[in-house]
Amino acid sequence: MRDFTYLRATDADAAAEALGPEASIIAGGTNLLDLMKLQIMTPERLVDITRIDGLSTIEEDGDGLRIGALVSNAALAADSRIRAGYPVLSRAILAGASGQIRNKATTGGNLLQRTRCPYFYDTAMACNKRAPGTGCAAQEGAGRMLAVFGTSEHCLAAHPSDMAVGLRVLGATVEVRAADGALRTLALDEFYTLPGDRPDIETTLAPDEIITAVVLPAPRAGSVQAYRKVRDRASYAFALVSVAAVVEMDGDRIGKVDLAFGGVGPRPWAGDDVAAALAGETPDEALFRRAAGALEPDRAPHPDAAFKLPLLRRTLVAVLREATGLAEASPGTDHAKDAA
Amino acid sequence: MTRTFRMDEAQPRLLDDTAQGVIGTPMDRPEGPLKVTGKAAYAADNLPEGLAHGALVRATITRGRIAGIDEDSIADLPGVIAVIRDDRFVRNPAQGMADEAPVQPGDRIDYHGQPIALVVGESYEAARDGALRLKVRYDEDAGAEVDPATASETEDGDPTESGDWDKAVAGATVSVDVTYTTPAQVSAAMEPHAAVAEWKADRLVLRGSQQMLRFNRNEIADSLGIDPEDVQILSPYIGGGFGSKLGIGSEAVSAAIAARELGRPVRVVMTRQTVFDAVLRRTETEQRVRFAADGEGRLLAIGHDDRISNLRDEEFAEPVSSASQFLYGADALLFRQTVARVHRTPAGSVRAPGEAVGMIAFESAMDELAEALEMCPVQLRLKNIPEKHPVTGQDFSARALAECLKTGADRFGWPGRTVPGSRREGDWMIGLGVASAARPNMLVKAAARVRLSAEGAVVETDMTDIGTGTYAIFAQIAAEMLGLPTGKVSVRLGDTDLPGASGSGGSFGASSSGSAVFLAARKIRETLAGKLGCSPEDLTLRDGIARGANHEAALSDLLDGELVEEAEIEEGKTAESHFSSGFGAHFAEVAVNAWTGEVRVRRMLGVFGIGRVLNEKTARSQAVGGMVWGVGSALHEDLVHDPRTGHVVTRDLANYHVAAHADIPADMQVEFLEERDDQANPMQSKGVGELGISGSGAAILNAIHNACGVRIRDLPATPDKLVAALEAATE
Ligand SMILES: Cc1cc2nc3c(=O)[nH]c(=O)nc-3n(C[C@H](O)[C@H](O)[C@H](O)COP(=O)(O)OP(=O)(O)OC[C@H]3O[C@@H](n4cnc5c(N)ncnc54)[C@H](O)[C@@H]3O)c2cc1C
Ligand code: SF4
Repeated sequence: MRDFTYLRATDADAAAEALGPEASIIAGGTNLLDLMKLQIMTPERLVDITRIDGLSTIEEDGDGLRIGALVSNAALAADSRIRAGYPVLSRAILAGASGQIRNKATTGGNLLQRTRCPYFYDTAMACNKRAPGTGCAAQEGAGRMLAVFGTSEHCLAAHPSDMAVGLRVLGATVEVRAADGALRTLALDEFYTLPGDRPDIETTLAPDEIITAVVLPAPRAGSVQAYRKVRDRASYAFALVSVAAVVEMDGDRIGKVDLAFGGVGPRPWAGDDVAAALAGETPDEALFRRAAGALEPDRAPHPDAAFKLPLLRRTLVAVLREATGLAEASPGTDHAKDAA
Repeated sequence: MTRTFRMDEAQPRLLDDTAQGVIGTPMDRPEGPLKVTGKAAYAADNLPEGLAHGALVRATITRGRIAGIDEDSIADLPGVIAVIRDDRFVRNPAQGMADEAPVQPGDRIDYHGQPIALVVGESYEAARDGALRLKVRYDEDAGAEVDPATASETEDGDPTESGDWDKAVAGATVSVDVTYTTPAQVSAAMEPHAAVAEWKADRLVLRGSQQMLRFNRNEIADSLGIDPEDVQILSPYIGGGFGSKLGIGSEAVSAAIAARELGRPVRVVMTRQTVFDAVLRRTETEQRVRFAADGEGRLLAIGHDDRISNLRDEEFAEPVSSASQFLYGADALLFRQTVARVHRTPAGSVRAPGEAVGMIAFESAMDELAEALEMCPVQLRLKNIPEKHPVTGQDFSARALAECLKTGADRFGWPGRTVPGSRREGDWMIGLGVASAARPNMLVKAAARVRLSAEGAVVETDMTDIGTGTYAIFAQIAAEMLGLPTGKVSVRLGDTDLPGASGSGGSFGASSSGSAVFLAARKIRETLAGKLGCSPEDLTLRDGIARGANHEAALSDLLDGELVEEAEIEEGKTAESHFSSGFGAHFAEVAVNAWTGEVRVRRMLGVFGIGRVLNEKTARSQAVGGMVWGVGSALHEDLVHDPRTGHVVTRDLANYHVAAHADIPADMQVEFLEERDDQANPMQSKGVGELGISGSGAAILNAIHNACGVRIRDLPATPDKLVAALEAATE
């Protein structure tokens, strides 16, 4: 770890003032500190926002909920309003990390956690995300955890968050505050950028902006929600692929469907086209397979990660079967029926 | 000096007749409360006055030389004291029982990640910052070979063979010829490698995390060029080793050199990443297993060839076909090995070297043979148990293989097993699998001292407790032999100034060093019998009272001061006449998700014959630990190397997956059969720690096949591989 100065901000203004290119916000620290120890991130100044009032609560916001940026992952997943109205979010959070980490990790920090690409972590290797312009060691390297959608020739890395996938499927927005106090509200696809030729830039957040909250729209009464994460061991592993689904039925037919996928893109990956193909149809495995088959990346994936495509399609079919009532829920497949 | 006892003939089963009744009981580990309250001082917990902190600098090239180290590059960093660089630095840890310095390459670099220098600082953070920022110039050699599959430099071992292979194969009705590959693994012990070195005058006192002190002392003395008498190593507590702490390593040697140079104690603790990429790994393997059998399932030929790897100058070669050579018999046998030389972290002993990976392939192939024969896999195994050791012709000592298979099949509900792919619960396909377990038992030279006084007994030896239960077991042995409650025995371990023991390795520690404790106590019993006026055979010791030949006396009355006996044991003629091994049988039930290819282990049973059980609880924990690693070997663990640099890619516990709690079923059963191995040692006990991992992974792979009809021959069996096979099956 390199030397840094530490500032404990007491309000958002003080935090904003201290921010800048050489500074980093520290919230739970579960990602940032690991990266600092390995000198992958070397901020000169740490701005601790954990003592700022008003960022740690979940409040009603119209028909929806406003989740403060400092609400811990554990508290968010356990909140009764979240469990009842947005079970996919609880499930997504609980599928990630470990109990200890979720106690520390915050809503804002989770959104901004960095990739787990192993070359990002190896300072002896080229990485455009860590050291812009040096190249991408993953291209010819070991790449089992890389993304399959939204990659560029400059970076193939996947975003590791589960929570963000749950937020994406629910259509959540991110509230950010600039140093001058101006607030912006961004959909997740506006918040996260694709790597293009600048994989070191991951969001549209300006250096002086901080995340203050995440806002959930009204709950989807009567929907079936599921978060299905497939990983290399039963817990405490990042997703190979994950599927978040919110499915409403309209009698025997499929009503409104929302889908998002994790482990496969540089940001939580939306499945809007697949969802559109399902609306109004009668649940049927062949239909699901056809819809899932339409998932195709623009660029050929890294050979080590190519398996993610068939795995994602199969997982999606399994989730849809259960969510539409075509099949009984299997034990252990994380399926919440009928959100209130 | 005491005469060394040689195990030339079976000894009376004294522990069956002693009266205290503590041997074999599930006694708690006496040091347990210290450990769970943080009071047990592990190596890095020692903070002597004036301590400085060292961080290892690691090579960032794969092969070449250090052209220069720019010490000025970090001279201005606050808290950095010095950059230590010395030709005595070791490249990698010594192999187990090396007893001499490991490779000291000077400025040569043989793998990416090799420790090349030490930055010492006033704080750990300063040292680590310096180590990461130090500028090193290299002369890099291009074209370092890092891929074992294609490496051009290979060495073939002498084959082990007997019988007429071609004839045996020609006569076969059914045969199997399959290739399995297993990835490299690491021990990933919880406690990172650590050393605190301090010079007291010209004597080095090293607090380290080491498994085999008797050897480690010589290794570090040889590394430093000093007399072993001038070294004291202290390792009272070790947070797991699994082979990775058998030999002295770079953390200890660099700490000793730095402490000498700076005239103050130096502590070096490896970072977690360094534990992954600069400590001995388990080699990856490519294994070809061949069976030929007649129509009734009698084996005619057994072949097991393997290709493994190691760094140059390393003699260790994973004995992959170890168990394949004696589990079953056949008319013709053929075992061959090729070692590829690659520039990767060196390979060495990791829990059950040989069996842990060899039995995965061998016992899976056995399942494939049973399938080809349409025979029950348990019956096939029972049918082929040889009368004598198929290669050496030795008699077996106690061998419970058949009994373990039968008992296990019975307990596990094996007869209810259905044909592959026929049991389903929702999206989950359910299957059962079996595999044999075997791990040769060894008796390694070991000494111990026992003191008996009116206050109780003290056991003293440089034996280590790597979390296995040595403190408990030695207390039990001495208490049982001397007729004392275990609370009256204190055990001192992990100090090279005490009698030299076997160390912890190869599952031989408890039995080898425990036998030395047993023999020292047996001598004390003889003295006590004399004092009481009876023969040793007539002596009964219990709760501090000696009885025999109508005499009775309290030990405190018999003793006049302290009785001190030391004993040393080594293997003898029984090791030639008999082949001693632990045996067992593993059973597993798994569920495979039909959509995602995830595998969940639902229950496991291991039935083992390990001779006399010294402590039911610690033995059980060892067996369970091995079985858990079997789950990890089959499903998770994969030390990935970069295809260009050979550098380890999965270098931390988030990326290198050991089984997590959720991967291990609550229903994890272990059963030990009542057994005495008279040829093993005077206690009739055998090793247990590594038996649990030997074969357990195969039981899981075989259960996967029974669940869904898929054979995974390239480990670990991760969802991507299952999905590919399931997709292929439906196309
Ligand atoms: C071993 C391990 C396993 C894990 N497994 C999973 C998993 O399976 N699934 C998963 O989703 N996650 C997993 N995680 C990641 C974990 O979820 C994140 O580390 C955590 O959510 C980060 O939150 P934090 O508050 O600790 O962030 P910090 O480490 O404090 O910060 C992370 C980043 O966010 C920035 N930041 C934080 N708060 C704000 C804010 N309000 N405004 C602007 N910037 C901000 C910081 O500057 C920093 O760059 C794992 C982590 C570990 C260590
Ligand atoms: S994929 Fe992205 S994060 Fe990984 S090495 Fe390439 S640029 Fe770096």
